[in-house]
Amino acid sequence: MSEDREAPALLGAAHTDPPEPQDAEDLFVSVACVTECPEAARLSAEDLSPGSDGHKDPDDPDDPDDLFAEATEEVSLDSPERQPILSDGPSPAITPVTPVTISPRLDVFDRSLDQDDEEEENRDTLDIQISVSDPEKVGDGMNAFMVYKVTTKTSLSIFSRDEVCVKRRFSDFLGLHSKLASKYMHMGFIVPPAPEKSIVGMTKVKVGKEDLSSVEFVEKRRSALERYLLRTVKHPALLKDPDVLQFLESSELPRAVSTQALSGAGILRMVNKAADAVNKMTIKMNESDAWFEEKQQQFENLDVQLRKLHASVESLVCHRKELSVNTAAFAKSAAMLGNSEDHTALSRALSQLAEVEEKIDQLHQEQANADFYLISELLGDYVRLITAVRGVFDQRMKTWGKWQDAQLMLQRKREAEAKLQYASKPEKLQQARDEIREWEGKVQQGERDFEQISRNIRREVGQFEKERVKDFRVVIMKYLESLVHSQQQLIKYWEAFLPEAKAIA
Amino acid sequence: MTSISEDSDKEKVRSVSVDLNNDASLVIDIPDALCEREVKFTVHTKTTLSSFQNPDFSVPRQHEDFIWLHDTIVETEEYAGLIIPPAPPKPDFEGPREKMHKLGEGESSMTKEEYAKMKQELEAEYLAVFKKTVQVHEVFLQRLSSHPMFRKDRNFQIFLEYDQDLTVRRKNAKEMFGGFFKNMVKTADEVLISGVKEVDEFFEQEKNFLLDYSSKIKDATAKAEKMTRSHKNVADDYNHISGALNNTAADNNTAFKKHLEKCAEVFEKLRKVEDRVASDQELKLTELLRYYTRDIQAAKDLLYRRARALADYENSNKALDKARLKGKDIAQAEENQKQCLQKFDKLSESGKKELTSFKARRVVAFRKNLIEMTELEIKHAKNSVSLLQGSIEILNSN
Repeated sequence: MSEDREAPALLGAAHTDPPEPQDAEDLFVSVACVTECPEAARLSAEDLSPGSDGHKDPDDPDDPDDLFAEATEEVSLDSPERQPILSDGPSPAITPVTPVTISPRLDVFDRSLDQDDEEEENRDTLDIQISVSDPEKVGDGMNAFMVYKVTTKTSLSIFSRDEVCVKRRFSDFLGLHSKLASKYMHMGFIVPPAPEKSIVGMTKVKVGKEDLSSVEFVEKRRSALERYLLRTVKHPALLKDPDVLQFLESSELPRAVSTQALSGAGILRMVNKAADAVNKMTIKMNESDAWFEEKQQQFENLDVQLRKLHASVESLVCHRKELSVNTAAFAKSAAMLGNSEDHTALSRALSQLAEVEEKIDQLHQEQANADFYLISELLGDYVRLITAVRGVFDQRMKTWGKWQDAQLMLQRKREAEAKLQYASKPEKLQQARDEIREWEGKVQQGERDFEQISRNIRREVGQFEKERVKDFRVVIMKYLESLVHSQQQLIKYWEAFLPEAKAIA
Repeated sequence: MTSISEDSDKEKVRSVSVDLNNDASLVIDIPDALCEREVKFTVHTKTTLSSFQNPDFSVPRQHEDFIWLHDTIVETEEYAGLIIPPAPPKPDFEGPREKMHKLGEGESSMTKEEYAKMKQELEAEYLAVFKKTVQVHEVFLQRLSSHPMFRKDRNFQIFLEYDQDLTVRRKNAKEMFGGFFKNMVKTADEVLISGVKEVDEFFEQEKNFLLDYSSKIKDATAKAEKMTRSHKNVADDYNHISGALNNTAADNNTAFKKHLEKCAEVFEKLRKVEDRVASDQELKLTELLRYYTRDIQAAKDLLYRRARALADYENSNKALDKARLKGKDIAQAEENQKQCLQKFDKLSESGKKELTSFKARRVVAFRKNLIEMTELEIKHAKNSVSLLQGSIEILNSN
């Protein structure tokens, strides 16, 4: 497994140099930070054997001289997910001791701009096709689950074969996402969110109801899973991630138990979500970069607008389905009326009307599907994506908070040392000096992390915006064309009926 | 508040029944209607008949005046053998009125565009209800004017000509109660009509046909109404989507902003088309079915009256036999029996004529409306296609 991990990294380096999670294994010396916080004691055990896949947590390779591993790595007990721990250092509520001005090192910034262009190219000419198909039910009753076939066709060399087929279940997808989120979100990468769980939907399928709604549910989920994978591999860093590769290629995947809502990890997730919310309210970041402020506001607005738009489209889907049902009912009624009518020509015309309306009801049904799969689902995806984007901004805020915490701590250590100077306790003084050095290092690391995440976010957001515009344009076009098709069919049907109506004598 | 004049689509609007104005000697139309607290219809008459004082005149009439006219005709014994044109339903402006209320309330909280849009929608809805109600009141009068017997009716003439308020001559409370009672008896007649032993093949067929058709057409009307409502809902959704797109456009970078605004425009236009589809479908299809549901009921009423006459005749026969047995009041019983038979025969004869012409009228009306509806559907679909294709081109070139 470790060989596999090495190979992609080397090959990856040939194209671009996005932050590689695998490079800094040897730098994984987190001893220094471990002694500091009691929680970190647990961390060390985890750090050395992180996750069920044996993957190490990502580091920042942009600074090869960084001797410290990802000191701020937060890993929970029983899952490879990174769970933010409640008390991260001395106190979560931060007000800065000194105002911080962010001045990113220009050279690194330039480098990331270059990365931008290359990555753009890569994204546009991405030669990989993924399809999710053939949902199959496995098992019976409440333990049953659906298995999907994931087919990957590609000429990229990081894949071992041109075409690979594997079988995956829904929790596998969720497991993949949680791994990716834990690895990349704190670096400012926008990790595409996985499709949502649905207890109601799945229960119906499990119970074995072969009715229309469970068929629709499975199709909806299949389509969502496909879109999820396509979005994930569009991101160059994620595409090369070994978890992603394993997901797409390996025939056996360890079961991702930690994605279950009621597992230990699930509960921890819920607790930490609450902690995050509290943190968000208490960390008052001094934003000196107008870009971030602007963007954050923009995404907040976009969130509201997209939700509204999504709601309107969902209403359209619902009403169009109703229209289809009502048209079908009318068609039947018109047929009955035609049967009852004793004037032969009129009777025939009414029967023809019934047939036309039946065809039209089919048309409405198809259009409703287009409404749904083209627009409604896309909007839903983007609402979730925006949440991920805002999450990334929150990560930056947290990173900033950590940096501030470190500065505060350093200040305290310096004050403590100053006091000890007059206390003639040479041992303690030395310890204090050591601690000062340690915290100086942490402050530096904090600043670097902050700059890094800011850089990453700028890049990620730029890419996200581009993708979003492209996605919407494509979908809008497809949708309008579907409407054109419907209307043209309508014309055909009615034009065929007109002579029948005229023939009533 | 709002007054509409019939546009150039005069012929098309007046479409539920056949064009009943072929006879130039008495031509009636409703060119105008005013809606204040009550709807006031302007009834316009052009005539060459000497029984009228003027050749060309107009009077204002309210809905209740129409109902009065209908009821007096129903109660006229002479017309028992005729299909009485169904009374027009009460004008229902509840929908537009609600909207107007909402508009007034929300005026301060809406943007100028939203307000203008809502106002436009409101006017369109008012217009649609207006068209419907004018059409149905007009057709009622035209049925009367084109019928050889009804056109000579004294009350009809008063209705057309009397230039004062008709309120005085309208039903008072007592008469209204009488009308209610009559309706109750009618339902009993429904049982009677199915039970009566029919000698005449024609009437037997008609009875079976009408009973079956009446339930089918009622059902078809209800389903058509649901279908129209769904269309209106879809149009509404297009409206909301358009608004939401405009909101999203406000916050976006320039190139995409134009794109979104164009899309918003497309949806707005689609909404208008879908609205027209819904209202045309309602006018041509749903209204047609509604009207004939009522007309079928009027035909059934004729059959009831005839069945009652038959029952009366059979009773009079029994009474005559009894009288002959007793040897008392024979002449009276004979006279009674003769009258009953006369009445029954008269009803049968005119009933046959009426029912035959009713079928012809129905067929023609269906034909006309189905053709018009189909042509409108095609027109609207073609509009949609051209507007969509135009937009696709513009969006592509961006």
